[in-house]
Amino acid sequence: MITTAREVAMRDAWGEGLVELGSRYDSLVVLDGDLANSTKADMFAAAHPDRFFEMGIAEQNMLGVAAGLATTGYVPWISTFAAFLAKRALDQIRVVIAQPGLNVKMCGSYSGILTGKTGKTHQAVEDISVFRAMPHVVTIAPADAVELRAAMAAMMEDERPTYLRLTRDASPIITDADRGFDIGKGYLLREGSDVGIISTGVQTVRALEAADMLESAHISAAVLHLPTIKPLDVDAIVTIAQQTGAIVTAEDHTILGGLGGAVAEVLGEHAPTRMRRVGLQDTFGESGPNDAILEKYGLTARHVAVAAEELLALRSQDARR
Amino acid sequence: MTSLRSSSPPVTPVDELESLARRARRLILQSVHTAGAGHIGGPLSVADILVSLYFNELNIDPANPADPERDRFILSKGHSSIALYTVLALRGYFPVDELATFDAIDSRLQGHPDVTKLPGLDMSTGSLGQGLSPGLGMALGARLRGSDFHTWVVLGDGEIQEGQIWEAAFVAARYRLANLTAILDSNGLPQFGWPIDTGYTRERPIDDPAGKFRAFGWNVVECDGHDMASLLDAYAAAKAHTEGPTCIVAHTVKGKGVSFMEGDFKWHAQVPTPDELERAFAELADPEVSI
Repeated sequence: MITTAREVAMRDAWGEGLVELGSRYDSLVVLDGDLANSTKADMFAAAHPDRFFEMGIAEQNMLGVAAGLATTGYVPWISTFAAFLAKRALDQIRVVIAQPGLNVKMCGSYSGILTGKTGKTHQAVEDISVFRAMPHVVTIAPADAVELRAAMAAMMEDERPTYLRLTRDASPIITDADRGFDIGKGYLLREGSDVGIISTGVQTVRALEAADMLESAHISAAVLHLPTIKPLDVDAIVTIAQQTGAIVTAEDHTILGGLGGAVAEVLGEHAPTRMRRVGLQDTFGESGPNDAILEKYGLTARHVAVAAEELLALRSQDARR
Repeated sequence: MTSLRSSSPPVTPVDELESLARRARRLILQSVHTAGAGHIGGPLSVADILVSLYFNELNIDPANPADPERDRFILSKGHSSIALYTVLALRGYFPVDELATFDAIDSRLQGHPDVTKLPGLDMSTGSLGQGLSPGLGMALGARLRGSDFHTWVVLGDGEIQEGQIWEAAFVAARYRLANLTAILDSNGLPQFGWPIDTGYTRERPIDDPAGKFRAFGWNVVECDGHDMASLLDAYAAAKAHTEGPTCIVAHTVKGKGVSFMEGDFKWHAQVPTPDELERAFAELADPEVSI
């Protein structure tokens, strides 16, 4: 199913989404850190030039300017790379956006580890951990371009500061265009009884592929996609853990404090369950083709499937004890 | 364009401003003494700037602190919060008695300004070098809305060591934001200073700030930051400049108004003893106004 799906890059959908939302909302403004032709904010600049503000290569100032604009009734959307947003401008986000609770939409393009052969400086593999730890900030990582458009529409109807995590390259459309997007809700994309795979962002593509692989091995895998990481859908996590008794998480991000960490925290308190976290194992990335990166850092669908099989083997041992 | 403003700034005579500034200084010292913590040197150096702004320049209405057409004010050097709280209280935003809660648990008067707690504040500050950027955003917002409010940001001369200040400086100049004015409280005295062969020096944090702002494309006006007439002239000059943003370099003295605190780095953040408080009050006495 997935291999035949149409592929679209999130950044293209993001640029188109900004243009469309900009026509619907006079309050929408875009601030760019000299990357508009990479992030595709240039589409908005062409369509709504009076509401596009180039801020130059100066992210700390850009986030502060966004805070000021938000106090005058505008909803700034930030165009830069996730790495420079979540880390370069972190104290600015904390002091003038998060704590005051200002309505700024912080869009981190080129998030995760698949950043087009740019390597460690341009990869953002700690951004989820960072924003999970930041009070007031909603954190969203859509699985594909369709879900991204729905998430953007939901974000404009929500007044909280929000971090939106985007992936650079084209990826398969796996979500339903008619579904809509509820901030804070997890979506069960596949039913299953033996193991539950919980994923976020584009790794949900790998999660679904892994479920296919497991099915050929006669293992029934459920897939719960969590496009909102904060606030977290605790009920959905507990339910899939109770229904399957084994959980694998999948993210293009460090397992420390990211989705895997979040799920472990929930299950540790509410439903202790055997689990495995597939993601960056406390390491920095490097440049290279996407396939090679996924393979080297253990992020492919096969890695997810193998983690599930190992987990089930452990559970069998548990049962024999 | 027709003004959308519902109010206009008060006109306060210079001798009254001076009297208000003496009272503000007494309240600053009293509040820090009561709290047992807080900064002294910076609040005393910025006191005249704040009194002259709030009593003779800012178009604000304490009864309507969220008026979208109000002038905006950001104290970027947030550690001088007690000076701002004092002036806001004197201006009528809240009772002067509330200054006694400064730094206390559940107080609206946080150690560093919290925009979510106290009406009258326009931005949270405290992490240095961050105030100019939101001010720039407010000025951009005003232009986009077609509002004629003015945005004022008070900077410390220590915090302009932060790179973000210069990011904001070049962007504000690029957008020619004449509705944005920065006031540099140039007291020349950092907390610790620079190591040199013979120990360390507390010479001014950055040389020639006026020249640097000019080089970044700003209109620069210099004034005596403790002379009310000089400050009012500088505000008028800033408002009269329509080509871009203005930086007012206000030459000030850290600890101004109390002889044994002036220019002494020890009073950056030291709590006065009862005896020191009494001596300071004697120097700041004002027969016309009682604390």
